[in-house]
This record gives sequence, structure tokens and C-alpha cells, in this order.
Amino acid sequence: MTKHRDFLGKVYYRLPAIGIFVGGLIIWEAVVRAFNIKGFILPAPTAIATTFATETSDLLTAGAGTFSTALAGLLLGGVAAMLTALAAARWRFVRDGAVPFAIAANSTPIIVLAPIANSWFGLRSPFGSIFVVAILVFFPVMINLVRGLLSVEASQIELMDSYAAGRRTTLWKLQLPNAAPYLFSALKVAAALSLIGAIVKEFFGGSQDRLGQYITTKAGLLQFEEAWAAIVLASLFGIVLYNVVVLVERRVIPWHVSVRNA
Amino acid sequence: MSALNLRGVDKVFNPGSEQEVRAVHGIDLQVERGEFISVIGPSGCGKSTLLRLIGDLTPPSAGTVSVNGKTPAQARLDRDYGMVFQSSTLLEWRKVQANVELPLEIMGVGTAERSRQAAAMLELVQLDQFAGHYPWQLSGGMQQRVAIARALAFKPSILLMDEPFGALDEMTRERMQSELLRIRAETGTTVVFVTHSIPEAVFLSTRVVIMSPRPGSITEVVEIDLPEPRSYETREDQRFFELLTSVREGLRAVEAL
Repeated sequence: MTKHRDFLGKVYYRLPAIGIFVGGLIIWEAVVRAFNIKGFILPAPTAIATTFATETSDLLTAGAGTFSTALAGLLLGGVAAMLTALAAARWRFVRDGAVPFAIAANSTPIIVLAPIANSWFGLRSPFGSIFVVAILVFFPVMINLVRGLLSVEASQIELMDSYAAGRRTTLWKLQLPNAAPYLFSALKVAAALSLIGAIVKEFFGGSQDRLGQYITTKAGLLQFEEAWAAIVLASLFGIVLYNVVVLVERRVIPWHVSVRNA
Repeated sequence: MSALNLRGVDKVFNPGSEQEVRAVHGIDLQVERGEFISVIGPSGCGKSTLLRLIGDLTPPSAGTVSVNGKTPAQARLDRDYGMVFQSSTLLEWRKVQANVELPLEIMGVGTAERSRQAAAMLELVQLDQFAGHYPWQLSGGMQQRVAIARALAFKPSILLMDEPFGALDEMTRERMQSELLRIRAETGTTVVFVTHSIPEAVFLSTRVVIMSPRPGSITEVVEIDLPEPRSYETREDQRFFELLTSVREGLRAVEAL
């Protein structure tokens, strides 16, 4: 009974969003039909949906390739960033040496490396894409984690000192849990960045069965319904990846203010 | 052997630099076991520094501190100190019970024993019903009681409290003071208590230490000869008011310095 009511409550809470989504699609469809807008400018949602059905196999192959590249890069860059952040939190000279560069790098458009990655790794190698994605996610994850590890209250450190707790104990019991919300914020950003990185890198060449190449090729052939279907698929992957991070976040830090009332 | 013995203690922060600050100067203080000492003085007079010197959170620049006949560093390693700060410093990711267990966990106490001791401490501060709550689900006064339970969980011989009730409203504050005295009577812990409040210092203490503005030094020690156990009536006792006056005059004298 209560479960049923919870479900209804959730639907009710989502109603405005669902309304805007459905309304948006209807207006889109209506505008395309009413003004007879050509498919190469903006295809109607129904046209995109139809293409999705006819091109399912090609789209899924391309999507799987891009998605796995993005995931591999996210994993590689994320782990490297976490290790660097731990080192920076532990040793002052690492922090003073690395963090200013990380902040500088984080405010540059790193994606410009994409065309160059091809000449480093070769056009057909998946490592070019993985490398671009890893670099792209590295900086926000590292910077946020360092911030989280270091932004503990002075009195909390004194508390741990008064227990004669060692550095490792303080790291495990105080700094890491304190940094967890920062890490999850960064991972949400990184999840989106990983797909952007993978797809933009693919714009500059590489395997044909990837979303980036699929989009540029189809757009070049003026098959915009296909290009749009690929764009929708890429968005779906982004939403899925983001929500996986959110789900993990809710399980890991149910105590945090950002999760408490969600 | 005294619980605390400070001889000629000086503390200078950033010596030799432009930001050099002489925080405390020439502190002599001896505290016997089971005493309740309040330290009171104008803002920035080094009260908290004094507490940190005792607790080995900062080393003295000159003079000696001995705690139960040991160096403060040894006392800290022996887990002689329980600390309570103005903010409860509870870890927000731990439920109340787990917060109280934290020091026991760090000290390597087994799971069953840890949970038993933490439960007993929560009972002592009358929060056993809230063991499964997160800190943010508790009021400020309750959070501070959890912090006290945590500080007492490993039965330290000395409790160092830095304005622990400073952020609480007057009613809660008075109730917490009575609680603290009851807990102290049950545990026999020596307490050093930093405060801004004259009534709080007089109500709680066996002696009130008055400090001068920076560099903080002890200008006067007022013996509090109110009968124990202290209660609501104590606050209306004639002697209570006389002692308030003498502490206030002591403070006024240092402010004129």
C-alpha cells in the first residue's frame, strides 16, 4: 500500500518534467509539420524515431564502440586522478608542484588535443580516444578530490590528533569520507565529459563504426535523420552514465546533504 | 602526583617573523586529580592556546607541561585526553553510535566491546534512544552531548573542553552544565574548561583561572567554595552571587590593564 503510494508520489513529483518533455516533443513535431521544415534543417521526432527502428543495428554497434571507449577513458583518467590526489593530499611538495598546473589545465579546452591524438596513437587505435577522454576527466576529478581531502575542519584534525591517530587512520576515517561528496560531484561532470571527449575525438577520424564518425558521415551524406538518431543515442548514454553515478552516490553517501532529501 | 603541572609556560606563534604573536606568557598552574578548572578571560587572551598546550596539540616555546607526571606527548599517546570543542565536530557520515565508537575504533577496541562502551556512554548522556540517528537529525545541545559521550568513551583521565556550550541557548546551556557535573561526579574525570561566561565558570568549577589579554597570563585564581552537588538552588545561593562578583571584578581588573 505504502509502496504504491510512494510510486504515485514519485510520478506526481515528476509530472512537471514529464509534461515539459512530452509537450516539447509535440511542439517540435507540430512546428516541423506546420512550417514544412526540411529534414536537413530539423527532422521531426517521429522521423528520428523511425530511423532509430530501421538503423538499430548500425546505431547500437557505433554506440557500443563509443560508449566502451568513453568508459575505459573515464576509468583510466579517474583512477589516475584519484592516485594523484591522494599523493597531493599526503605530500606538500606534490600539492604545491602539481595543483597549480592542474587548475591551469582544467581551465583550458583540453579537447583541442583530439586531432593531435590521432598522430600519436594512429587513426585506427582506440587508445587515441581513451587517452583524450582520460586527460579530459583527469583534472576535474583530481582537483575536486584534493579539495575534499583537505577541506576538513581544523578541529576535526585536532580531534584525530588527540586520539593519537596516525596519518593513515586520519585519511581513512576522516579525509576520505569527507572527500566522497566532492568526488561524486566531479564524477558527474566527468561522466558527461567522457562522452564529449570520445565523440569529438571521433569527429577527427578513426573507425567508421563509432558515433562520432557515424554522425559526421551521415551529415555529409545529408542523411540527417540518421545523424539525429545518433545524437539522441549519445544523449541517452550520457543520461544513463550520469544516473549510474547518482545511484552509486546515494548508496555510498546517504548521509550527505545533497542526497538526504533526494 | 598532580593531574597537570605547568611551569613558566610561554607560547610564541611564528617567532621571528612579522606575524609573531606572543599568545601566552609565564603560565604557572597546578591542577589536582578530579578538579574542575575553568579558564576565563577576554577574547584572544590565549585560553584556547593554553588548552592546546596541555593537550599536546601545539608545543610550548618555553617552560614545561607535565600531565599525570608525563610529557604531554606521552599523555596523548596514552590516550589521557578527551577533547570537546565549541562545534561538536561529529563526523556527519557516522550515526550517533558510530561517532561515539570512533575513538575506541582508532584505539583498536573490539567490535562487541566498542558497541557496549558506546551504548553505556550514550546512556550516561541520556541519548541512548538516538544511537541510530545521524548528527544532523539532532539539535545543537544533543550534538554536544554526543561529543561529550565520545570524549568520555575511552575513559580519559583529563577532559579538555573549549567553550563546549558557547553555541547553545541559555536554557540548554544551564541544563548541559548540570549534566556535565553529574557525569563528572560519576566518572571522576579532571576537567579543564575554557569559557566566556562568568556564571558558567562559577557554577561548574572548583577553581576559576582568570587570564589577562594577550600575551595571556594568569592574573588571579578564584576558589569556588560552593557546596556540592550543585543544583538549581546553587544559582540562587547568596555565595554564588558573591563569587560571580569577585570573578567579574577580577576580569574588570585585567581589562583595565
